[in-house]
Amino acid sequence: MQLFPCPFCGPREESEFQYGGEAGNLRPDRDVTAERWADYLHMRDNPKGPTREIWVHMTCGEFFAMSRDSVNHKVSGSSVLGDVEHGR
Amino acid sequence: MTRHYSALSLFKEGIAGQTGWVKAWRSPDPKPRYDAIIIGGGGHGLATAYYLAKNHGVTNVALLEKGWIGGGNTGRNTTVVRSNYFYPESAAIYGLAHSLYKTLSKDLNYNVMLSQRGILTLAHSEAAMETAARSVNAIQVNGIDCELFSLEDVRRVVPIYNFSPDARYPVYGGTWQPSGGTARHDAVAWGYARAASRLGVDIIQNCEITDFIIENGRCRGVVTSRGAIRAERTGMAVAGHSSVLAAKAGFRLPVNSYALQACVSEPVKPIVDTVVISPDTSVYVSQSDKGELVIGGALDRIPSYGQRGNLPVLEGVIAGMLEMFPIFGQLKMMRQWAGIVDVVPDSSPIIGESPLPGLFLNCGWGTGGFKAIPAGGTLLAHLLATGQHHDVSRPFDLDRFASGRLIDEAAGSGIAH
Amino acid sequence: MSASRLAAGGSDIDRDRPLTFTFDGRRVEGFAGDTIASALLAGGQTVVGRSFKYHRPRGIWGSGVEEPNALVDVEGAAGRVPNARATTVQAADGITVRSVNASPTAENDRNAVLDRFARFLPAAFYYKTFMWPDWHLFEPRIRAMAGLGVVDSDWQPRKVSDQVNHHCDVLVVGAGPAGLAAAASAAAAGHSVVLADDGAHPGGSLRHRAGEVDGVEGKAWVEVTVAGLKGAGQLVLSDTTAFGLYDHNLVALNQRHADGRPDTLWRVRPRRIVLATGAIERPVPFANNDLPGILSADAALSYLRRHGVLVGREVVVATNNDSAYEPALALAAAGASVTVVDCRRDGGAQAKTRIRVLAGRTVAAARGRSAVQGVLLDEGTTLAADCVLISGGWTPTVHLFSQAKGKLAWSDQLAAFIPGEAIGEIAVAGAVAGTVSLSDALASGAAAPGDFGSSSPAPRGTGTEATLGVVSLWPKPKARGRVWVDYQSDVTARDVELAARENFVSVEHLKRYTTLGMATDQGKTSNLNGLALLADITGRGIPDVGTTTYRPPFTPVPFASLAGSRRGSMHVPVRRLPLEANHRRAGGVFQEYGGWLRPAYYGGGEADASIQEEARRARQSVALFDGSTLGKIEVIGPRAAEFVDFIYYNTMSTLKPGHCRYGFMLSENGVVFDDGVLVRLDEHRFIVSCSSSHVAAVHARLEEWRQDRFGRDAVYIHNATAQYATLTVSGPNARQVMEALDLGVALDDASLPHMAVAAGRFAGDEVRIARVSFTGDRSYEISIRADRAEALWARMQQEGRAFDAVLLGLESLMILRAEKGYIVIGKDTDGTTMPHDLGVAGPRTKRADEFVGRRSLFTEAANGTDRNRLVGLAVREGEAPLATGAHGVEKRDGRLRSIGFVTSSYQSPALGRPVALALIERGPARHGETIDVQHLGVVRQATIVAPCALDPEGRRLHA
Repeated sequence: MQLFPCPFCGPREESEFQYGGEAGNLRPDRDVTAERWADYLHMRDNPKGPTREIWVHMTCGEFFAMSRDSVNHKVSGSSVLGDVEHGR
Repeated sequence: MTRHYSALSLFKEGIAGQTGWVKAWRSPDPKPRYDAIIIGGGGHGLATAYYLAKNHGVTNVALLEKGWIGGGNTGRNTTVVRSNYFYPESAAIYGLAHSLYKTLSKDLNYNVMLSQRGILTLAHSEAAMETAARSVNAIQVNGIDCELFSLEDVRRVVPIYNFSPDARYPVYGGTWQPSGGTARHDAVAWGYARAASRLGVDIIQNCEITDFIIENGRCRGVVTSRGAIRAERTGMAVAGHSSVLAAKAGFRLPVNSYALQACVSEPVKPIVDTVVISPDTSVYVSQSDKGELVIGGALDRIPSYGQRGNLPVLEGVIAGMLEMFPIFGQLKMMRQWAGIVDVVPDSSPIIGESPLPGLFLNCGWGTGGFKAIPAGGTLLAHLLATGQHHDVSRPFDLDRFASGRLIDEAAGSGIAH
Repeated sequence: MSASRLAAGGSDIDRDRPLTFTFDGRRVEGFAGDTIASALLAGGQTVVGRSFKYHRPRGIWGSGVEEPNALVDVEGAAGRVPNARATTVQAADGITVRSVNASPTAENDRNAVLDRFARFLPAAFYYKTFMWPDWHLFEPRIRAMAGLGVVDSDWQPRKVSDQVNHHCDVLVVGAGPAGLAAAASAAAAGHSVVLADDGAHPGGSLRHRAGEVDGVEGKAWVEVTVAGLKGAGQLVLSDTTAFGLYDHNLVALNQRHADGRPDTLWRVRPRRIVLATGAIERPVPFANNDLPGILSADAALSYLRRHGVLVGREVVVATNNDSAYEPALALAAAGASVTVVDCRRDGGAQAKTRIRVLAGRTVAAARGRSAVQGVLLDEGTTLAADCVLISGGWTPTVHLFSQAKGKLAWSDQLAAFIPGEAIGEIAVAGAVAGTVSLSDALASGAAAPGDFGSSSPAPRGTGTEATLGVVSLWPKPKARGRVWVDYQSDVTARDVELAARENFVSVEHLKRYTTLGMATDQGKTSNLNGLALLADITGRGIPDVGTTTYRPPFTPVPFASLAGSRRGSMHVPVRRLPLEANHRRAGGVFQEYGGWLRPAYYGGGEADASIQEEARRARQSVALFDGSTLGKIEVIGPRAAEFVDFIYYNTMSTLKPGHCRYGFMLSENGVVFDDGVLVRLDEHRFIVSCSSSHVAAVHARLEEWRQDRFGRDAVYIHNATAQYATLTVSGPNARQVMEALDLGVALDDASLPHMAVAAGRFAGDEVRIARVSFTGDRSYEISIRADRAEALWARMQQEGRAFDAVLLGLESLMILRAEKGYIVIGKDTDGTTMPHDLGVAGPRTKRADEFVGRRSLFTEAANGTDRNRLVGLAVREGEAPLATGAHGVEKRDGRLRSIGFVTSSYQSPALGRPVALALIERGPARHGETIDVQHLGVVRQATIVAPCALDPEGRRLHA
């Protein structure tokens, strides 16, 4: 059971959270090419190692950004969504 | 020297003290150049090597494995083999795999212990029975054996299920693929390795890819921990690492990597004769020939490359398993593990040339890779040998994500694996 | 073997409390405090089980969790436990113990003959044969032979296992000297401590090995220390195995209870972890080293001192280290004749009297058939023996450290892997860290808590200190005879050689190919010997060979512990209606729908007939329906209108306050995710009424888009679903019933037209009335505070009586809506269905603004003409309904193919014929066409029609 730091509630168990996608995957403007849309919709960096992701703490309903390592699962921090992380 | 496997050779070696057996596969040093390179020594990579040599006569092939062959998901799965798929495209690919599995032991001269014990997917409500009927009809139209089971049928096949009137997950019936079952996962890897090696393929372990050799926009080989190796065509079948290699090659894939966990009980005398899947608990159970209950569940919920089990997901899986089979409350879990699976939005594989010409993909099998090994190998071998899609692999090209022609089996199977 | 109980001694047993049980039908006597193993030994039971593969006779090897041989099925008051480890399960009066993998008994096993064919059955032989004619011919017999214990198929679940979450400053695993020192140090520093030990009593080696701590006899120091910890309120858990060390330092422990309660799962989250897990004695390789009567020297000492059992009278001790001498001397003192065969030329220098030492000698082979009778030394001498104790050195119990991804380091001095560089807040202490002497163990323990420890001096060993002086004594290639490496899996040194010859030289390949280390003991005694042999064969150093991956659990864990209370109705609990009791009184028959328990139909009659009758009466006069599960999510704020425009496929901002509109929500991939009615209460306030089973998911998506795109100040979202009950009046006489309810709302069509909303009052409470319909008849949905719904429902039934009102279950509602061609998302749509497939193409072509999923509606696939689209299907007069799930089929190029499927199909009582909805390829363009429909191989014909079969003009909505 991992502990994730909700910026609003503090550390909570992983089962209270849901993954919301890679940070910085900004929604493109309308009428983009099919390839660009597919890129937004489907293509992922899926990094092995340090990663920055959007998560939602389901018990408070807030989305936030979290930095962690996808291999050793160490969490290095979390923050309220800034402009850069907006995007799913 | 004994090379052929049979009851007779085993007997002769028994007399001789088992001293005549030779290496199951050779471990040569890599050459600087091959006709084709296969990255990944799991089932799919090894099968690709074998079919390249057997179907296409391409034997000057290097198979490069970072660790030891069969050490990734091939050696970590729950060994289920089935082909009961909803969409014709899926039925074609898994049907191809299934038909090759049926003769694989003889083809490879290696007993992969294909055990066609049948696969039962339960339906826990009237609505689920309707969905089951939809699946069964689709699968039958696809020309694959599948039956709609009534409650009585389920009672006959798994009498130890929880049929109590107040069961949390009552059974209304289910779908049954009689030809489904399990195969011995390690044997599939080793059998392909042995057969490919005999046909001349170089299987090179402990050889990690550090980079691709890209010239004039084409992939012309790889740089490895054991030196540069060149070839005009390179295939990759590296489940759990597809995005990592894609990044080295300069493109992204529609892949998220997650841990998929499984566990086994201590071995007990035969008690479950088939593979039982409960869509509502996401749990499936079978019993290995060693007597261990093999238990799997849904994916972890946190993207991860950590190849290890955890507690919360395990607890959920076990709780679900005990709702299905309360009598297993007397048993103990013996071993828990995880593999990293590459999950694609439509849970169907990606097969075809990558955005880097000369590099061909076989990835994204998610939780369903083991059952597809012979097909994945056949199709990637076809691509490497001809540069062209096999008819069966065409729908699974990476281009489907832009065209929207996804092949999402979620409708066809209660739990995709 | 002639093990026996001595007349006195045994610190663990209470000779005043005798007990008896049976083993393989034979009566066994013991005392309270005995393990099953110690009682079996005391009773002279030499053969206690049969090995997995060859059915070799096997005896007790160890005295703890490492036991590879003594697995038994135990039948006690609490039911059966298959594959119990006899060395860790307490004996109890009246239990029935059976050996596993033996028939009829361990001593006389009819499959023992298999061992004679062992030469033809080497490691992995099964991959080389059974292929012709077919594996399926052989498999059933092999399967029947496999497995160890027997599952009791009449077993009944007992009380559920407790699961405890616990936080502490320091968790110490292992209550031997190091663990106790660590716990005492952390406690003295004022920190909260959990001390867990898998034995029945704390103390570890101090319970049976000599030692003095701070001038006090070891056992007395243990008692004082434990009492001190307990007195300070610290948690000391015995019979508790730490089996897993997971992410973020979560340690999972399984606690056994002697009183028959099911085991308890502890999830402990310490700030610091001290692993004082000790070490496990290794076997010594020689031929037939698996014979019953050959056991761990340390175990023999433990049985002597803790249970008063002398394991043999004529004892040979085979060793490569000093630790075997204490057992040798103790057994000699207890009356055994003891010869130590020490492979070291200078071995046994410290042994003074009573024992014979053969230094520089090794055992080449054990003699005997079903029990050891003697040994053959390397120089050819034969020694008679009824028991052989072996001590091949100590393997640190690094499992938890390795589970935490700690790297191991090879120690030549100890001939073993020990934990390498420390990781995070995980410390190791005592034998697992490689200490040998008591003083070193205590010192490393006291230091292990680090910042959580006290500065007071560590306890000191004051008696004779243990030494090890181990030299390696690994299995050798080409050794004569069958040298057993893994007892339970029946792996010999030759099997390891065979695997290496066949190129299975990776340690993981070795494990999988030979099954070395894959048995229930997970190779606790066998792994290192196997690795060392592989290293020798392949010319590598042991550290280069490495170890296999250590995975949880350290010892097998009951499934029941892991499941805990999540059983039956507590496993993913269903949601319940506020009026469930009322529906039950009215004869409601409940089923689960999308996580909700709802009335399927009412009345005790036959289901189909009841459902038909409800549907029929609903069209005649009036029907009452509890739709409380319907989502009610409020969207409020200055940009609420803009927000719902973005969320919905349909333009919603043009909706006038007091009105509602039906629409779709799409996923970003363009697929219809949910449908429902959006209510606009005022300029900045909407209510999203979503499908019952989608409420949580819709709420989550609304929040996501709100936070991602609109911001906290712009929109506020509140899920009020559970706060309101929604009760529906539907039918030609619905308005009359509504009038009678007297809700203070003008019900004429001008004031409250179809798709309008009004506020009223019932018994002082505000109610919201929405004129929306899922039946196709004039309908009113009344939403009221959930806790006040009962009176309203009673009143509705009361007023409905005059109109022969019928209660609708969900099943009859399904018929009514299907007659109208109204869809249910997830039933009449699938994961590919887009809005234009459902005949709602307008927004796709007309909307100029952006909304969720828009771009995906214009991919090549979305633009395709071959899409499955919603239609109705009609069958010939007099025919039965089509099967839901039947597929439309056609032949193309000689092959059968699906052209879609039936999603809903019912007998319509109003129409007197079946109605069906289906998703059919190019459906709407094929109205009037007759297609083949196949269900379970049977083909029927159906004609494609419009989805709406009843009142296509919609007159009934206003009737």
